[in-house]
Amino acid sequence: MEFDKDLDARGLNCPLPILRVKKSLAEMTGGQVLRAVCTDSGSVKDFQAFCRQTGNDLLDSSEANGEFTFFIKKKA
Amino acid sequence: MAKKLAIIASKGTLDWAYPPFILASTAAALDYEVQIFFTFYGLTLLKKEIDAQISPLGNPAMPMPVPMPNLVQMLPGMESMATMMMKQKMKDKGVASLPELRDLCQEAGVKMIACQMTVDLFDFKKEDFIEGIEFGGAATFFEFAGEADVSLFI
Repeated sequence: MEFDKDLDARGLNCPLPILRVKKSLAEMTGGQVLRAVCTDSGSVKDFQAFCRQTGNDLLDSSEANGEFTFFIKKKA
Repeated sequence: MAKKLAIIASKGTLDWAYPPFILASTAAALDYEVQIFFTFYGLTLLKKEIDAQISPLGNPAMPMPVPMPNLVQMLPGMESMATMMMKQKMKDKGVASLPELRDLCQEAGVKMIACQMTVDLFDFKKEDFIEGIEFGGAATFFEFAGEADVSLFI
């Protein structure tokens, strides 16, 4: 999937991945896509909850080798 | 209108210091307006240097590498050793430090209020505390908490 900004949040634990995502999204414009990579297994549920509450669109989430990758489209 | 989170932070040990800052910073990321009212031992979390310690004493739920009777936990140096071990573990697991979380809260616009009564009680000085905080009393807390969607006493 194509993305406009990349965030490496590996090795960080709750709530840092969410805070970093929030910061990254703030630097982007509506409709742009952020890719975030985490190792915090709690981030799967947290990113879903974050997107539901903030109105951003969680396009995709996947897991491979203990790394979780998320694609978030910033709300317009 | 933004949702509001009001927190009272009343404890100053390393373990109890985390929930207010974690919840406040996360709520701010979720576009909440957040205020934390620091009172009694929680007030020490607003000092320039956070010196929060953890004690295994009287805390049977704390996971220990080896079983340790209370009598041993009372020995001098045990508290600083437990604190050191906990901080190292947090670092290894990618858990943010307290100063880092507090900075993130301030950056995100979390309003921090120091309980004036406690400041006087413990003879703290205003210059002991970080910049950007306010001083107030119970009525100050209620002005915000009265309209809050979530209120927590920690």
